[in-house]
This record gives sequence, structure tokens and C-alpha cells, in this order.
Amino acid sequence: MRNIFLVIRREYLVRVKKKSFLVMTVLGPLLFGAFYGTVIWAAMSSVDTKTVQVLDESGLFGKKFKDSETLKFQFIDKSIDSAKAAFPSSDANALVYIPANVIKSPKSVRIYAAKNVSLDLKSDIENVIEKEIEDIKLAEAGITHKILEDSRVNVSSETISLSEEGEKTSSSGAATVIGGICAFLIYMSVFIYGTQVMRGITEEKTSRIVEVIISSVKPFQLMLGKIIGVALVGLTQFILWILLTTAVTSATTAIIGSQISQESVQAAKEMQHAQIPVQAAGNVENPVAEVLSAIGSLNIPLIVGCFLFYYLGGYLLYSALFGAVGAAVDNDADTQQFMLPITLPIIFSFVFAQFVLRDPDGTLAFWTSIIPFTSPIIMMVRIPFGVPAWELALSMVLLVLGFMGTTWVAARIYRVGILMYGKKVSYKELVKWIFYK
Amino acid sequence: MNIIEVRNVTKEYSSHTALDNVSIAIPKGCIFGLLGPNGAGKTSLIRIINQITGPDSGQILFDGVPLNPNHISRIGYLPEERGLYKKMKVGEQLLYLAQLKGLSQKEAMEKLKSWFIKFDIKTWWDKTIGDLSKGMQQKVQFVSTVLHEPDLIILDEPFSGFDPINANLIRDEILELKQKGSTIIFSTHRMETVEELCDHIALIHKSRKVLDGPKREIKEQFKTHTYFVEYKGHLDELDPIYQILDQKILEDGYLRSNIHLDGDTNANALLLNLLSKVEIRAFGENIPTMSEIFMKAVNEVPEA
Repeated sequence: MRNIFLVIRREYLVRVKKKSFLVMTVLGPLLFGAFYGTVIWAAMSSVDTKTVQVLDESGLFGKKFKDSETLKFQFIDKSIDSAKAAFPSSDANALVYIPANVIKSPKSVRIYAAKNVSLDLKSDIENVIEKEIEDIKLAEAGITHKILEDSRVNVSSETISLSEEGEKTSSSGAATVIGGICAFLIYMSVFIYGTQVMRGITEEKTSRIVEVIISSVKPFQLMLGKIIGVALVGLTQFILWILLTTAVTSATTAIIGSQISQESVQAAKEMQHAQIPVQAAGNVENPVAEVLSAIGSLNIPLIVGCFLFYYLGGYLLYSALFGAVGAAVDNDADTQQFMLPITLPIIFSFVFAQFVLRDPDGTLAFWTSIIPFTSPIIMMVRIPFGVPAWELALSMVLLVLGFMGTTWVAARIYRVGILMYGKKVSYKELVKWIFYK
Repeated sequence: MNIIEVRNVTKEYSSHTALDNVSIAIPKGCIFGLLGPNGAGKTSLIRIINQITGPDSGQILFDGVPLNPNHISRIGYLPEERGLYKKMKVGEQLLYLAQLKGLSQKEAMEKLKSWFIKFDIKTWWDKTIGDLSKGMQQKVQFVSTVLHEPDLIILDEPFSGFDPINANLIRDEILELKQKGSTIIFSTHRMETVEELCDHIALIHKSRKVLDGPKREIKEQFKTHTYFVEYKGHLDELDPIYQILDQKILEDGYLRSNIHLDGDTNANALLLNLLSKVEIRAFGENIPTMSEIFMKAVNEVPEA
């Protein structure tokens, strides 16, 4: 035990003392802060105003296109051909052409633009035209505007997730963002720290120090010590990131917050504390409050706890395999051939994660969050949306069994591999090593 | 009393047998030469003694007790392929290796200090290994091997990579360690080192032990009962008590012959016989060198 501890300490200190660790530790939160700041800034500052020319031959839409913060409408009265000819030299972003017979053939509306117009713009314009044509048709059918107004009901709903703890407002938007970020972090860290384990082992092998070390320490202890040491480096990095990011983001919020009205900050704070449900639809002027309260509605301790568990579990599962590869080859260049089968499941999980984000309770989501090779990433995607306790427990147990299994396999390859030099190893050979007594 | 007793050890790898029923006893306090051509199985045996691998069958006794993990701290091992962490500082690295051998940080520090003074390498403490020359790295590695004052020191080609001055320094250290009671196993191809330092040897060839025992006895065993003589005059090829094997003319006109003597005749009788016939300048018994013994022993082994 003392030796494992010594190995862990060396592996940890060597990495933590490196300049690159310090740089990453400082840079990470700054990047997060910058990202966070940009998102808020983008949400607050108005988007560029776009000018849309409208050529209305039907004469029905005179006052119907209303200027908004982001859109300005210009009505022109020319023939369509001359309007098209003049369009490139004007500063308009799009030209909407509404033919005279639009009521009979609504599909004849055209939008001309230099570049493709955004879907938002397209649907905005379509909505205005649709609504107007509807109104006209309704009027023709004898339904007045008044009746129509009265018949309109506005329904606004709020998503409430039902769990044992009772009702809780959830925000699927925030869940998506948090799930995505967690999955990405685990994906990255499994790669980064897994490769570090592999490099470390190859380094010991090529520098030949391994023979000296294993004359004092059992190969398994050395491997485990290295894996745990690097895991702790990752944990340290994450914890520093969480602390620094909290500091940086609160600083960012404070700076940006001073620019927005005092009220909205106040509102944000109140909502955060009281967990008052927010209507996702409304409140456009108060995005900060919205983001904060959405995050507040998630079970943060559970997410952080699961994140650390799945980071560790996923890392342990894969780093053992990376370690086995490191032991089997003579130098970094030879690792390629064995890397593929290890990296594939990780990459697949990350790809599946995109689908799971859209359907966090589907069959794909269930199975991939149970199987240990994909669960670290997929389960993290699902957790912010809420996962039944038994699924979480099953997934965790299987992950623990999974990394015990890969560590066992890796240890068997490792003890043979580290003393094997100058031999191109094949898969067949690796299998043989596993079954050496 | 033997510090190591290897009993009927066999070790097989998938494609070949590394050790085939090998038994060797290594007496305490000697310098033991473990000899053999490349690929004979020396490294396998050393790794088994270091508990890096285990034997398939057979047993190893350390100080009379079956080899177990507690013995690790009593062994110091310098592998043939040297290696240290390139990016780690000399001091930190030595402290780490010493602690792995069971020393406390304080003990390790004290011992390291005295070695750094002894080798006059105080300025190296904060250098990284990669900044040192190969010879310097070897010195650091030697210190790491013997720092914890092991009872058994296993040195695989200890002099490779050293210049003659440093090789001498290391040789003196080895002799001093022996003086202090350590046992040293040498694995080497350099027969002059064996000649100079070893008390006992064992020769492994093709996974089998072909020879072992005290160096003196082995030399006795390989004696050919031949003598050389440098002389002026004429000797008959045939004589009742001896046989002239060869004869060559030296630059200064003297002749040099190797003479074989029958088993029961001693050197005095031969000298008396020769004195009456020729003028003798030099005379001596041909003692086989380790190199000759090595070649002979290896060549005598029938192809497996």
C-alpha cells in the first residue's frame, strides 16, 4: 500500500507541477467566463437590424408588416423586374414579392435575397402573410375580427417534472445545455487523461526505468498508481475549474449586470432563491434572470456528484485500456493500431449524445446509458432531465464492474508488455498475454 | 551460508525455454559472476530473483527463506538497460526510488547526502536527468541501486558506458560494498572483469547451467597441464616425460614452446629435464583464462 501511495504521489506531483497544468487551470475558467459572457452579451444586445423590401401587388398588406427591433420593412412600388434589378445596389437584405393573386395561390409568394435568409425571417414573413390571408378568408365567410379576437385563447404551459420529491419546475433548455456540457467534458477528459496514462506508461517503458521500478513495486501497483495519480490530477483540475469558473462567472455577471437594469438582477436573485417557476416564453428583456433561474431549477448537487462519479468511472474504464496499449507498444507512433477500438466507443457515445439530448428517455438513451462503455457520457446527458433511481443505480454498478473488468485485462497485458521490447505486437498476441497464467 | 539458493528453477515462455532446471547457490559475501552468452537465460534468472517474474517450477531461497516480497528492500538491482525518468530532477528521483525500496524520506535524504559528497556531484541535485551525460546518468543509477544498503546487489553489465576513470571508481565502490558484507551478483560478458573481481562463477548456456563453483576450483578443473618455456637451444619433439605442442621463434631469437606434461610428473621434474638441455629465460604454467574457460564450456555443450 505504501508503494502505491508513493507512485500516486509521484504521478500526481509531476503533472501538477507542470507549467501546462497551471496554464490549463487558469485558461479553462477564463474560456468558460468568456463563453458565458458572450452568451449573455449576445442575448442582451440587439441583433443587427435587417431591412426587408416588400413589393405588394395585391395591396393587402400595406400596414401589416410591422417594424421590429430586428426587422425594418420598406414598401416599394415598382414592377417586380425593376425591383429585382435594383435590389443588389440597395442596402436591403431581402425582397419579398407578393403577387396580386396571393389569396388564390398563397404559394406564389417569393423571397429574394443575396444570401439565404434565416429560417426565422422566412417564417416571420410567412406568418404575416398567412394571418392576413386567413383574416380575409374568415371575413369572406362572415366571421368578423371581433369574433375572431374573442375566440382566441392564449395557452401558456410550463413543464413540471414529476418525481418522488414532488413537483418541480424543470427547464428542458437548461437541461440540454448542462447535459451537453457535462457529456463534452467527460468525453474530453477521458481522452486527455486516458492518453496521459498511455504516454506515461510508454515513457517508462522506452526509458527502461520500468525494470528498476518493478523490482520494487508490483507491476499492477505501478499501473494502478499511475491511473489513480492521473485521475486525481483530473479531479484537481475540475475542482479548480469549478471554483475559478464560479468566481469568473460571478465577476462577469456583476460587470454585465451593472449595465442592465437593477431590477432584473434583483429579479434574477429572487427567482434563484425562491425557485419561482419562470415562463420560458416571456420575459425576453431579462435573459440573465432566465438563465440563472433555469439553472437553479436543476438538481445541481446531484449533477455535480454524478459528474464526478461518471468522470472517474469512465476515466478508469478507458485509462486502463489506454494503459494496456501503452504497455504493449514500444513507442508512441505504434499506438495507432490499438487506439481505434478504444476510441470508437468514446466517439460513438459522443455522437449518440446528440440524439439522446433530443430524446432523453428513448430506447437508445436507455441502453447506451446502461452499457459501461457509453454510459459515462450518455448518462450525464440524461441526468439533468431526470433519470429513475434504479436506472442510475444499475448504470453505476455496471460501470464499476466494467472498470474492474478492463483493469483486470489491462493488468494482464501490462505485466507482459512492459518487459517486451522490439516486437511488433498483434491482437492475437495480446489475447495470448491475457491468458498467460 | 548462501544468500541465494536457486533450486531446480524452470521458466518457459510461449516460444522457448528460458531456464531449464537450473540450480545455483550463491554464498554470502562473495562477488558472484553470472556468465553466459547472449540469450542464455541470465536476465530471466535475475528477473526471477528480483521477483519481477516468477518461476514456472522450482524454488528460490533468500537467506534460507523462500523468496517473498519482504526481500525486495534487501536487493538492489542495476539492469543492463539503464533508465531513469528523463524529466525528473536527480534529487527527487533518487528520493523516490529510495522510498520505493522502503527507506523513509529522512533516511533516504541522509544517505543521499553522503553519496553526493562521496561522488562529488552536489551540484546535480536540481538538474533533470535529461541534462546529464550518459556517464553521469549511470552514476546516478548506481547510487540508486546501492543507496538502501542492500544485502544483495545485482549488477547487470555495470561498467558499460563508463570511462576508465569512472569504471575504476565504481569498481572500488563494489569492492567496498563487498567489504561491508554485501553479496554482489555480476552479470557480464567481460571476462577481464570476472577475472579481476569474481570469487564464484556460474555459467549458463542454452537455458542450462553448465558450470559453477569457486573461480579457483574452476580454473583448476580446466587446467590442461601445459607449461610455456622461452629458451635458446634445441629440444627434441619427443621425450619420455613431456611432449612439445608447438614452437615459435621470437623476435630476439629465443624460442617459445608450449609443453604438455603427463599427469603424474610435476613441474620441477620438467624444469630439471629442460635445464640440462637449453638456456631458459622464462617458464610458467599455462593457467586458463576465464575467456578460454568460457569458450571451452560453451563449445562443449552439445546442440540441444
